[in-house]
Amino acid sequence: MSTATRSLPRTIGAHAILLTYTVIALFPVILVIMNSFKSRAGIFGAPLTPPTPKTFDLIGYTTVIGQGDFIHYFQNSLVVTVASLFFVLLFGAMAAFALSEYRFRGNSLMGLYLALGIMIPIRLGTVAILQLMVASGLVNTLTALILVYTAQGLPLAVFILSEFMKQVSDDLKNAGRIDGLSEYTIFFRLVLPLVRPSMATVAVFTMIPIWNDLWFPLILAPSEETKTVTLGAQLFLGQFVTNWNAILAALSLAIMPVLILYVIFSRQLIRGITSGAVK
Amino acid sequence: MAADIRPKRPFRWHIGIFLAPAVLVYTAIMILPLAGTLQLSLFRNIEQHQVFVGLQNFRMLFGDPNWSVGFWNALRNNTWFFIIHMVVQNPIGVMLAALLSSPRLRFAAFYRTAIFVPTILSFVIVGFAWKLILSPLWGVAPHLMDLVGLKSLFTPWLGKEQYALTALSLISVWQFVGIPMMLIYAALLSIPEEVIEAAECDGITGLSQFWKIKLPLILPSIGIISILTFVGNFNAFDLIYTAQGALAGPNYSTDILGTFLYRAFFGFQLQTGDPNMGAAIATMMFLIILGGVCVYLFLVQTRLRRYQF
Repeated sequence: MSTATRSLPRTIGAHAILLTYTVIALFPVILVIMNSFKSRAGIFGAPLTPPTPKTFDLIGYTTVIGQGDFIHYFQNSLVVTVASLFFVLLFGAMAAFALSEYRFRGNSLMGLYLALGIMIPIRLGTVAILQLMVASGLVNTLTALILVYTAQGLPLAVFILSEFMKQVSDDLKNAGRIDGLSEYTIFFRLVLPLVRPSMATVAVFTMIPIWNDLWFPLILAPSEETKTVTLGAQLFLGQFVTNWNAILAALSLAIMPVLILYVIFSRQLIRGITSGAVK
Repeated sequence: MAADIRPKRPFRWHIGIFLAPAVLVYTAIMILPLAGTLQLSLFRNIEQHQVFVGLQNFRMLFGDPNWSVGFWNALRNNTWFFIIHMVVQNPIGVMLAALLSSPRLRFAAFYRTAIFVPTILSFVIVGFAWKLILSPLWGVAPHLMDLVGLKSLFTPWLGKEQYALTALSLISVWQFVGIPMMLIYAALLSIPEEVIEAAECDGITGLSQFWKIKLPLILPSIGIISILTFVGNFNAFDLIYTAQGALAGPNYSTDILGTFLYRAFFGFQLQTGDPNMGAAIATMMFLIILGGVCVYLFLVQTRLRRYQF
C-alpha cells in the first residue's frame, strides 16, 4: 500500500505543480530586482535576461537616492514599526498575563472584549480616529501612527500570548510567590523569558501589516516629515511613471529590506503559523 | 462572588495594572472611534453644526443616485472580488498545502518559503510590479504569452473595464495564496498518522484518501480561511488604490467599498469630502463584516463536526 502513495509519477507530478507555482510566486519579484540593475535600453530590449556587463547600470538607484528622501522615510517606518511593536508586545503580554493567570470577575468578558478587534478591522473607525487625532493635535506625527498600530496589533497579541501563557507551569510561579517575589517580578523575570519564542511569532505577525500599511500613513501622517517608506514609495512611483529605471530601483529598494528580514525570520514565522498560533 | 466568600482578600491592584495599558489604548483608539463612526453616520453637518438626522444618510446612500450608483457598484465589485478569492485563492491554497504535506517530499521547506514571499510584500510593491508586467509598454506579458503561442489573447487587462477588476482580484489572489496554504498545511500536519494508516489498510489512498479522509478533517480550517478572506476582502483598499488610483478606474470598474469610503470621506476632484457620508459607508462595511462573522460563528462553525484525537 505504501508504494501506492509514494509512486514515482505522483512525486514528479507534485514537484511539477509546486515548482510551477514557485515560479509564478517569485517571477515578478525577480523580474523587478533584475531589471532595476539595467540601463533603459536593457530594460526594454531584453526584460527577461539578467543584467550583462553591457546592460548593467545603476542610474535608477542614483536617481532614487538623489530625488526621494528615502533614507528619511525609512527612518520613519523603522521608528513607527519598532515603537508599535514594543508597545504591542509589552501591553499585550501584560494583559495576556492578567487574563491567563488570575481568576477575577469579568475575566472572560474582558477576553472577549479584547478579541473583538481580531475580526473587526480598525480601519472602519478611521473617520472618528482622524477627528480624535485632529482634536489632540497629533495629525502628521509619528505618535498618531504608533498609537493606531498599537491598538490594531493588541487583540491578536493578547489572544495568542494568553494561549501560550497558560502553558507556563504554575509550580514555578508559586515557588516564586513563596520566595516573596511580587506579581510584577514574577511576570517580568519568570514568565516573560519563558514565552520569548511566542513573543517572536507575535512580533512577526504584527510587524508585516504595520510596515506595509498605506491607509493610515496616507490619512493620518501624509506630510513630508512623517512619510513612511510605503507611502513615500507610492507617491514617488506616481511621479516617475515614465522613468522606468527609477521606478524599478524604488520598487527593489522597497522589496529588499522586507525580503532580507523574511529570509532571516521565515523559520520563526512558519513555525508560528504551523504550530497553530493562528486558529 | 469571590469577594463574598473571602472578605479579607485585599483588592488585587496588580490585575488592574497589568490590564490597564492594553485596555486603555484599545478602547481609546479602536472601540471608541468605531462607536464614534457609527454615531457620526446618524448626523449631518448643517451650518457648521452636527445635527441628528436619523437614517437620512443611509436613505441617501441607498436612494440618491449621486451616492447609490457608486455604492451599489462598489458593493457589486466587492462581492465579485470576494467570489474570485473564494473560488481561485482557497482551492489553490488547499491544493498546494495537500501537495506540500505529502510524506517525504523533498524541498518542502523551500517551496513553502518561496510561495509565501508575495504575502509579505506591501500592496504598493505588488500593485506596481504587476502594473509594469501587464503594461503593453514594457511587453513582458505579451512576450511571455508569445512563448506559448497565445499572444493574440493579450490585451491591457488593467485598462479595460470588463477585465480590470478580475485582473486585480487575481493579483490579490497571487499575493495572498500563502495564507490559506499555510493554515491548511498546519491542519493537515495535525492529522494523526494512525488515521491515515487505517485508511491505507482499507485501501483508500491517493486522491480518494484526500477527498474522503483528509478534507472532512480540515473543514474547520477551511471555514476559518473563508471568514478571514471575507473580512480581508470587504476591508480591502490598498491594492486598488496603488494600481488604479483613488478613482478606481477605468470608469469606476474596480471601485470597491474601501476606495468608495476613501473618496466619500476625503473628496476627489469635483466633490468635497463628507465625513458623515464616510461614516455611513464605514457603518455599512461594519455591518457587512459583522454579518459575515455572525454567519460564520452561528451557522457554519456550530455545524462543522470537529474531531478530537
